[in-house]
This record gives sequence, structure tokens and C-alpha cells, in this order.
Amino acid sequence: MFTDQGGLTLENINLNKDEVGVRSTSRKSKLFQSEHRAAFLFIIIPVVGFSLFSIIPGAISIFASLTNWNGLGNMDFVGFSNYTTMFNDTYFWRTLWNTFYLMIGIPIGLVLSFLLAVGLNRRIAGRQVFRVIYYIPVVSSLAAISILWQWAYNGDFGLVNQVLDLFGINGPNWLQNPDTVKPAIIIMSVWKGVGYSMLLYLAAIQSVPRTFYEAAELDGASPLQRFRYITWPMVKPITFFLVITNIIGGSQIFTEINIMTPTGGPMYSSATTVWYLWQQAFSNLRMGYASAIATALGVLIFVITAIQFYINSRSQYKLD
Amino acid sequence: MERENKKANIIIFILLAIGAITMIAPLLWMVSTSLKDRASVFSLPPDWIPNPIQFDAYIRLFEMDTLRTGIQNSLIVTLTVTIVGTFTSSMAAFSFAKLRLPFKNLIFLILLAGIMIPYPSIMIPQYVIFSNLGWVNTLLPLIVPGLFGNVIMIFFLRQYLSNIPDSIVEAAKIDGATYFQIYARLIMPAIKPAVAAQFILWFMASWNDYLAPLIYLRSSHRQTLQVVIANLNAQYAIQTDYPLIMAASVISLIPVLTVFIIFQKQIIESVALSAVKG
Repeated sequence: MFTDQGGLTLENINLNKDEVGVRSTSRKSKLFQSEHRAAFLFIIIPVVGFSLFSIIPGAISIFASLTNWNGLGNMDFVGFSNYTTMFNDTYFWRTLWNTFYLMIGIPIGLVLSFLLAVGLNRRIAGRQVFRVIYYIPVVSSLAAISILWQWAYNGDFGLVNQVLDLFGINGPNWLQNPDTVKPAIIIMSVWKGVGYSMLLYLAAIQSVPRTFYEAAELDGASPLQRFRYITWPMVKPITFFLVITNIIGGSQIFTEINIMTPTGGPMYSSATTVWYLWQQAFSNLRMGYASAIATALGVLIFVITAIQFYINSRSQYKLD
Repeated sequence: MERENKKANIIIFILLAIGAITMIAPLLWMVSTSLKDRASVFSLPPDWIPNPIQFDAYIRLFEMDTLRTGIQNSLIVTLTVTIVGTFTSSMAAFSFAKLRLPFKNLIFLILLAGIMIPYPSIMIPQYVIFSNLGWVNTLLPLIVPGLFGNVIMIFFLRQYLSNIPDSIVEAAKIDGATYFQIYARLIMPAIKPAVAAQFILWFMASWNDYLAPLIYLRSSHRQTLQVVIANLNAQYAIQTDYPLIMAASVISLIPVLTVFIIFQKQIIESVALSAVKG
């Protein structure tokens, strides 16, 4: 394809010079064409994959939510009746409530991981070892971790209650009790995720130029002020990133729920929205109804994310 | 001042150490349980070091066909997806970062926005499409989408490529290299560290995947390791066979933990780098 490239050297140089000046001579457009072709071929595979496996299923999902589809037979158009069913479905609302309840772990995890990062930023023996240890739960498979914690939450013989026993506390049967099953899952999620946020915070803190602090110190800023006016604004983009990704991830929580409480917990107290829609779609074969839930969930996540971007952009103007 | 600093460091060290013990204790307890016999699991107070240590649970596990097929299936899915997908992703990243194409930034932004589409929102139609192709209960629904690349990987490699001067690519073009040659001989060696880190992160994510394999894989010998251990858990918890369940979990963790310990420096650096850049 490019065997004649050697002869094109001069034109190539011309082309680079031209870039700032006048556009499109015929020779140039020929070169552009071959570059366009290569560039197109290189990106076409991900673009096709994205269309086939995200856009098209997304469109089908929205359409299917307006039908009484069971996944096998024909799709009969039923208008918005799936959505009215959803709004009157107390199970749906309970699972949505549970999903948001479990997000309490997000701020807890962020505060903890930030404090850990501040601590690790100091000259402390074994920093590298700490970093690795805190990161081990992050790389571990969620399925295995859920199985482990299910056993750890065992009321009589589990690790958690054994430790509480050392302090004279009689622990509950965590996963069988509607009052404790959600806190139990929150504690496990914080334990699993704290290392990741910590690592991002640590990197952000370390990227703050030392001179900022030195200058502030010369001006007589207290440690609290230095934190308030230097560290916190500098790690704000990371906080924003973590809040966004954690909420997107948290609204899809499934694995822990399905493994630790296979029936959705006592009185459905740990059933989440994704777990519920998975049940509706693949156990009850109510694909149309499940598609309505899936669409609602997708829209909800999109709206929450958009609001956060909006707030973030506004508060940045204020800083300026 | 200096002394106070030292004192503070000691206190912080102790707090960090308590945190580290909290992190590692459940995992050690998992290993400990897996080496006990079924009765001593229930001794109170519990023994951290099993007495006697026995590998009975592991022996019984390896006699099960499902564990072997689980590992096999997980390896097939994970390796095919990550190797082919890394190839397609890095080519696309090269194109997005260095080649001229009308609307390429718009296309890139659309791909990036697509990350926000949650998998649960599209899994039902995806399932029906694949089931119409007769792919249910095969590994294909888990493999094929991954072959088309991974937008997150494209994103990070494109970022990384922005550090490499365009003049290198221009020079190679003048020397008559084809675009594929530029990719293979110039770009790939230059971004090798980033590719390796992203490859490892993807490997671990794919190995740990649970929801999609759960939906598609029905018969036990077709399932990936994560689904196999979850089923073992459901099946043997009733019989309170905790050593067996914990042994299965330990085995499923070994590959990722090995990869992590070996490459921990690269992984931690690449995750940290993504923070500063992203």
C-alpha cells in the first residue's frame, strides 16, 4: 500500500509545513485519505463492538420495557403499563431504598481512606508494605470475599462475633437479622474498597508541590488552614472521581447480595435493585418488566451523575 | 518540634498497623479454616493455627471435576479476552491519539460516555440476542464482546500516548513505514509499561467477573471458577462444610494474588498515575 512512500518524502514535508497554512491540495488529500483509512480501520473494531453490545441492547431495552416480553415469544406492546406496575410495586421501592441505604458506605470509606492516605504520606516505617496490604482486598475476587465474609458473619462461630466477644459484646446473627444485614454488607464493602481510594488519595497528596506548604507555613498558616486551603482543594478532583464511580458502582451492587443473602435477606432487607431485576428477568422470565426496571435504573444513574457534574462545575467557578 | 513529629509518627504507625491487621485477618482466617477438619471449625475459642493441620479439604476439592473445569473455563475466557482485547484496544488508542481522522474526538467522546451505561441495564437484551444465536451455556457471550476492546484501556493508553511526541510518528511516515508498522514497531514498545499495567488490571477484573457468567453458564462443567465456588458455597454451607468452602475461595484467590504480588509495584503505580492524570 505504501510502496511509493519513498517518493513522497518531499510532499510529506510540504504537508507538515502546510498544516498551519492553507488546507487541502489534491496531493495532500490523497495522503490524508490513506491516513484516514488506517485511522478508521484501527478504531472500527471498538466502535462496532460498542454499537453491537451497548447501543443496540440499550435501544432494545427501552423498547422492550414497553412490551410484555418474556424473552421467548413475541413482544406485545403494552404502553407504559410496566412502569405503572413498577411505581406500585412495593418490592421495587424496597430494593431501591436498600440500594441507596448501602451507599452510606461511600462517605465512610472516603473519609477513612483519606485519613489513611494522610498517614501514609508521612515518613513511616513499612509504608510500602502497608500500601500492599491495604490493596489486597481490592484485587481479591468479590465472590470469594463475599463467601469469606458470610462465614465471618456467622452468629455463633464467625470471626466478627469472636472478636466482639473479646470486648464483651454479644454480636448478633448478622446476616439473618433485618436490622444488621445492611450494616454488615456496608462494613464488608468499606473493607474491600478502602485500599483503592487510599491509593488514589495518596497519589494526589504526593503530587501537591512541597513549595505550597512551605509558602503557607512562612505566612503563618496553621496545620488546619494548610489542610483547608491546600490539601483539600488539591484532592478535590479525586474526591469527585471517587464519588461518581462509587455511586455508579454502588447502584449496581449485586454479587455480595446474591452470595451472602441468596433470598434477598430476611424480609427482603438486603435485596437491591439489580438483584431484583435479575430475579424478575431470569427466574420469573418477566423480561419486559425487568427491562423497565433496567431502563429506570440507567436513567437514574445518568441523572445522578449529571447532577454531580453540574454541582462540581459550579463549585469550581466559585473557587475561581 | 522534631520530637513531637516522631511521637506522632509512632501513633500513626500503630493506627496503620491496626488497620492492616483488620485488612489481613479475615484472609488469614480463611486460610486457617481451610486447613481444619469439619469439627474443629466449631471449637470455641477458635484456633488460629489449626491443630492438626490437614489438607483434606483441598484433596476433596481437587477430586471434583467442577473445580478443574472452572479453572479451565476462567483461563480460556480471561486469556482470550485480555490478549485479543489488548491488541484491538491499543491499536484504537494509537489511532485516537496520533492519526488524523475527521470526527475522531467526537467518536472517542461517545465511546467514553458509553462507559456510563450500566451493564445491568443492557444485560437482558444482550442475553436474548446471544440466546438466539444459541450461545447460552457456552463461553462465547463472555469472550466475544471483550474481543472488540475495552474503552477504559483505550482511554488510558491514549492518555499515555499524549506524552509521546507526534514527530516520531511523522518521521516514521516519512521513512515509508506503514501505519501498522508504526503501531507494532514504534508505538507498542513505547507504551509497553502502560499496556502491561492495563493488561494486568483487566486480567484481574475479568477473572473476578461474576454476574455475566452467572447469567449465561448453566451446567456446572461449563461455569467459570467464580460461579463454581459460589455454587459450592450454597451447596456445602447447609452441610456446614466450611473447610471445603474456604479452600475453594483460597484457590480462586491464588491466581490474582500471585499476579498482584509479582506486579504490585507496576499495578500500584499505574493506578496512582491514573489518579493524577484523570
